[in-house]
Amino acid sequence: MPLLHVDDVVVQFGGVTAVNHANFQVEAGTITGLIGPNGAGKTTTFNVVTGLQTPTSGRVMFDGKNINRLPVNRRSKRGIGRTFQRLEAFGSLTVADNVRVALDIKRGLRGMFASTGNQVHDLLELVGISSYAGDRADSIPTGTARLLELARALACEPRLLLLDEPSSGLDESETEDFGRLLQKLAGEGVTILMVEHDMDLVMSVCNEIHVLDFGSIIAYGTPAEIRENPVVQKAYLGYSDEGPVDPDGPTNDSNHDTAVLDAVTEGAAQ
Amino acid sequence: MSVPILDVIDIHAAYGRIEVLRGVNLTIPKGSVLALLGPNGAGKSTLLKVISGQMEQTSGDIHLAGVHVTGAKPDDLARAGLTTIPEGRSVFPNLTVEENLLLMSYAGVAADKVFDTAYSYFPRLHERRYQLAGTMSGGEQQMLAMARALSSDPALLLLDELSMGLAPLIVDDLYETVGRIAQSGVSILVVEQFARTALRVSDYAAVMTGGRVVATGEPDEIGEIMADVILGGAA
Amino acid sequence: MSTFISYTLEGLFTGAAYAIAASGLVLTYSTTRVFNIAHGAVGMVFGFLYWDFSVKQGLPVWFSLILVLLVVAPLLGVFFQRVLTRGLGSAPIGVSLVVTVGMLVALIGVAQQIWSTEDARVLPEFFVGKSISIGDDINLSYHRAITIVLSGIVAAGLYVLLTRTRVGTAMRASVDNPDLLELYGGKPKTVAALSWAVGTSLGALSGILLAPIVGLEYFGLTLLVISAYAAAMLGKLTSLPLTYVGALLLGLASSYLVGYLQYLPGDKYLTGLPAVVPALFLALILVLLPQAPLRIGQVKGLVAAPVPSLTKSLGWGAGLLVVVFVASSGMSNANLLLVGTAATYGIVMLSLVLLTGYGGVVSLAQFTFAGVGAIAYCKIDQPNLFGLLLVVLISAGVGALVAFPVLRLTGLYLALATLAFAQLMEKLIFVQPFAFEFANLLQAKRLSILGYQFNTNRQYVVMMAVFFVLVAVLVLALRRGPLGRILIAMRDSQAACGTLGLDQRWFRVALFAGSAGIAGLGGALFAGLRQAVGSADFIYFQSLLLLLFAVIWGVTSVTGALLGGVFMMYLPEAQATYPDVAGLLFVLIGIGAVVIGRDPNGLANKLFGFPRWIQTTVYPFLAGRYPGLALKSREPRAAEDEDEPIAPGPVETNQEVDSDAVAAR
Repeated sequence: MPLLHVDDVVVQFGGVTAVNHANFQVEAGTITGLIGPNGAGKTTTFNVVTGLQTPTSGRVMFDGKNINRLPVNRRSKRGIGRTFQRLEAFGSLTVADNVRVALDIKRGLRGMFASTGNQVHDLLELVGISSYAGDRADSIPTGTARLLELARALACEPRLLLLDEPSSGLDESETEDFGRLLQKLAGEGVTILMVEHDMDLVMSVCNEIHVLDFGSIIAYGTPAEIRENPVVQKAYLGYSDEGPVDPDGPTNDSNHDTAVLDAVTEGAAQ
Repeated sequence: MSVPILDVIDIHAAYGRIEVLRGVNLTIPKGSVLALLGPNGAGKSTLLKVISGQMEQTSGDIHLAGVHVTGAKPDDLARAGLTTIPEGRSVFPNLTVEENLLLMSYAGVAADKVFDTAYSYFPRLHERRYQLAGTMSGGEQQMLAMARALSSDPALLLLDELSMGLAPLIVDDLYETVGRIAQSGVSILVVEQFARTALRVSDYAAVMTGGRVVATGEPDEIGEIMADVILGGAA
Repeated sequence: MSTFISYTLEGLFTGAAYAIAASGLVLTYSTTRVFNIAHGAVGMVFGFLYWDFSVKQGLPVWFSLILVLLVVAPLLGVFFQRVLTRGLGSAPIGVSLVVTVGMLVALIGVAQQIWSTEDARVLPEFFVGKSISIGDDINLSYHRAITIVLSGIVAAGLYVLLTRTRVGTAMRASVDNPDLLELYGGKPKTVAALSWAVGTSLGALSGILLAPIVGLEYFGLTLLVISAYAAAMLGKLTSLPLTYVGALLLGLASSYLVGYLQYLPGDKYLTGLPAVVPALFLALILVLLPQAPLRIGQVKGLVAAPVPSLTKSLGWGAGLLVVVFVASSGMSNANLLLVGTAATYGIVMLSLVLLTGYGGVVSLAQFTFAGVGAIAYCKIDQPNLFGLLLVVLISAGVGALVAFPVLRLTGLYLALATLAFAQLMEKLIFVQPFAFEFANLLQAKRLSILGYQFNTNRQYVVMMAVFFVLVAVLVLALRRGPLGRILIAMRDSQAACGTLGLDQRWFRVALFAGSAGIAGLGGALFAGLRQAVGSADFIYFQSLLLLLFAVIWGVTSVTGALLGGVFMMYLPEAQATYPDVAGLLFVLIGIGAVVIGRDPNGLANKLFGFPRWIQTTVYPFLAGRYPGLALKSREPRAAEDEDEPIAPGPVETNQEVDSDAVAAR
């Protein structure tokens, strides 16, 4: 049984379909990549899984149970943690306090007054940012803030960790360290689902990759399979191989135009 | 050689402490189309924001048709002939199609003329003129956005990620329109993640990564290196 | 039947005036996302101004109208938009609330300054004495008929403006995306200024229409804003047609209640009911509004005032007590009462430090909670610690009751709900026989602790200062501890707190309840100090002043609460001493809040920076000039412990916090 099953999820904003019958599974203990061009619906999918966005239709199964109706915080208690593409670190708190808050929330009203021992330090050490412990979170570089969000999410001991563009803002060697960290976490049993633009990172750490394009999964497989997949290449590089437009090219036939639009509109409506 | 329509000289720009543009140089000759390509986070959209006056650079200069425009406001630039179609749907979702078109006349073209141009290019918009723009499909919204590029008769057109979240056939249609605008002599700067699509309509291409322009050249030359730049090197 | 028609006509008149006011409010809010709490005060001031022109100076009615509605009001609207509220649409909701509350208080000050209380003023109706007869015994005065017709004209005018003109279309467009409008070549700033000009003019018109009926009075007309936004809320502050429906429903409901109240059971307790129909209506709509989604993105930390360590706060607290103890010896009774009042305000302000300063939630009803505390203290009649604990629990319970229904909503709605709650309590509950009735004073006994009775004023005042220090130390300990960290985290990013597993609804209820409990404690101690309290001590306007003083002096620090409390106590004294400038003082405070409100740390935080400024700027300057002084100097202290993050305090403090948090729930 997969740990996460995104089952036929649709999200519409007004007339725009951000996620269009997305369907994929994440096996426990793996690192899974969710890639695709800009605007493909990756972050929206994350929001649906964590409960920040209500799907128009479809359901999210976690550990075999439908969690569609659970509020955000209850999903966290079930073991779903995440980081954000647009940073959501607690800017007025120090880096250490960001993690401490997460620990406090996890331990609840009774537990939060006990000492956290070395946990905060250990978590910061784990992601490699303990030298920033005393700095305010809105004063640290983006890459560091992403690692902070990771440490904060790990404080809740998630079973499934959703990482949204975790390596942007990191330099090459930091990204390599980060890749090793992910593999270590996976080795300890944390299941990771990751949206990422750094293909070297994705290809080197992921067990399986799902490719999302205008809201639907268009391909999945191992990194090698994905790299060779012509569908994926097309999705990333554009769809037309016919060469430059003929300067005297086809005049814009409005019927043709309409037919295409009809096809798409109907597709979205179904 | 005539004065280039756009000359970007050593532009630096930052969000807070994070520097996003680190010395960008770019020139577009009058009447030509330049495709600006590159991976996410390279600073392409930020560059467009600086050119269109939405964001202030920390240093560097911008010349539009030889005129130094650093510090000009977006609305002044828009009325002076710079049309910017920003990333995402650049229409007002809670206004009808016709109301959207009406607002396009702020750029200096009479409303009637805007309606005429838009409806003759896109009869579909005429059918939907009383419909709220936000309830139309993504492709139709992008048509509406393109209607501004068509009707405002710009000196320079900036296009940011027209294709985002759209089906391939619609993207092709949109780029046909771009090609046609180009043929009418409008200079265009196209930012696009779909390299091949954008290269089809362009005269030149430039690649940005890490806040700098790292390569410029003919569309063919650039097209060959794009797969490596975007899908990761050593395949 | 004819009485029914009369009441209907009266309701239509009121509804029409509400509709005009509300449409102005909707127009400004929907184009700039700044909710103008001062909208009612605008109506009030222009009611006065119109009276000044047309009655006092005897200008012709039509000329006065043109002057007010087409010249002064639009200019003031542009001034509001361009100068006072500029850029607030994207600011935290707390800031725009504080700024517009500042405008409200300033406008009341303006009115009191220019049109002081002594003069008797009557604003006549339009075409006074003339009326339309319907049937035998129903008369509709021209004034009312004109109002009803005008509301229709305003509706039609707005419809044409917003849907048939380019600038009106741009107004609606700038709601969604002002940046895009700029790329189109439009001018969002001009559009915003225009909408404020029109909106302010509509507020003025409603004031002029209502003043002859309601009476020219500072506070009553100002509360018109509650009716206006209750109506506007039906259309979620954006839909004009629904706003009109809401306004007419409100007008009719109020009118029928006035007419048929006598048939309701328990009517003699409900005489205040018609006046609070808007507040009830608002509460109902707020409860029925759907859940607001969690905000994602745009997170930036606030630079907050430094949090002192426990030792340090205890030290300062002891110092303060010594000062109070020494200074209070030989003080006159009148002055002692003033110090006690300052302590009360300080304690209530501490409740705001917790709620607004740390939690980022704005309440406009803290004095109502204090009033609840005072009533509970008098009624329980147990002037000891046990009684005091009960008072705190009751106030906290009431606070929880207010917060609970509006939990799902954002800060603006919560703040508006508290203002409506304040009005409800003032008009409906505080006037009950068990409370203050009308001008009744409730008798209260002096508090005794463990058998020790604080009989003299001096003893009592010192005891109040002790309570202030205790609450301050408690609030600071809370801030340093885990609960305080979570509060700050929630203020910074609700989405992140959610994904970390925090159930924010209950946390917010607990926060609100805790804050109300502190305010209730302040009210109870105040009752004991005065030994007699009345409803005038707890009117909504006090809560607004409290917010302003807190923000001016710094709502994020205990020092700010202390200074704010002292100055708030001093305000009426100053006004009594210098009656010529009484109104100006309100203006000063209002403007102060508008200027300082954008930095919630206020003046207190500037004080914290003072020693460092001396050491880093003044001293090197002096040392450069007068090298001889350098001998006495020392290096700037390396560790300014104010700026250090403080580890959780000792265990006993934490347990205190814990029990408080449990009690608050």
